[in-house]
Amino acid sequence: MPTIVVDVMPKAELLDPQGKAVAGALARLGNDRFTDVRVGKRFELTVDGPVDDAVLASVREIADDLLSNGVIEDVVNISVVDAAGTHSAAAASGALA
Amino acid sequence: MTRVGVITFPGSLDDRDAQRAVRFAGADPVALWHGDHDLQGVDAVVLPGGFSYGDYLRCGAIASHSPIMREVVAAAERGVPVLGICNGFQMLTEAHLLPGGLIRNDHGSFICRDQVMRVENTSTAWTNGYEVGQQITIPLKNGEGGYIASAETLERLEGEGLVVFRYLGVNPNGSLNDIAGVTNERGNVVGLMPHPEHAVEAGFGPDTPAAMRSGVDGLAMFTSALRSLLAA
Repeated sequence: MPTIVVDVMPKAELLDPQGKAVAGALARLGNDRFTDVRVGKRFELTVDGPVDDAVLASVREIADDLLSNGVIEDVVNISVVDAAGTHSAAAASGALA
Repeated sequence: MTRVGVITFPGSLDDRDAQRAVRFAGADPVALWHGDHDLQGVDAVVLPGGFSYGDYLRCGAIASHSPIMREVVAAAERGVPVLGICNGFQMLTEAHLLPGGLIRNDHGSFICRDQVMRVENTSTAWTNGYEVGQQITIPLKNGEGGYIASAETLERLEGEGLVVFRYLGVNPNGSLNDIAGVTNERGNVVGLMPHPEHAVEAGFGPDTPAAMRSGVDGLAMFTSALRSLLAA
């Protein structure tokens, strides 16, 4: 069954306390090559049946209305993973700013 | 008697305390359930604190899509007083009844303390019993209480006087402009991170210079709602 992947990140201009905590841990472990860490979310929606435009349109809506909060987060990617595991970008319109 | 609904969601913690605060204020608390479509004709609504749905997805996000929230949104649009405390405040922002959002505390830790705040707006349904500039002390307990909004929204909030409470002394969670609570344009919907329902009875509130645990600064929020309903 195909899967639609939705990636959500905290808005770039806002503080990401979780990422800051991870960056702090990296520094304590002696990793000094990384200047910043930001932590986001990946949603995998398994689709019953083929992925058509209607499904993608509803995913874009879900991504904006439920999976992300536009005040604090951005939807940064919506892509389709087919049964073979191949990624394909799913039309960047709508949900993607 | 004035009836104030307190909605219980899966993971609500302070619903009983909120009901008790309503009773102390002289109103009749009505227990409401998140899965219902019915506000049972209550005169005002309180969304209590807690960790609805385990804070999954985002704090308050799943609860903000529950069946009863449709009724809450409709009631808020009719002018019914709605108060969101802590997790309830998060739900109100997720439901777009209040502007901005709440993110993890900037220091990364859960914080629990008796918090001093300044009352900035006394024209709301929930704060008309305070004086402008009054300093009140109310317990605060949260992990994700950092109030944020776009620069444009912040400017509007400040310009229109929609900031209701501001942290004094310590900013406990990195909230922008030290914002502890906000209201909508109409002044009937108020959300705040600190817990007024935990400061309504001497013996169980924050410490004051007068006596241990004697602080009751939260009670005026609930009596304010009654007053605004009686005046309406």
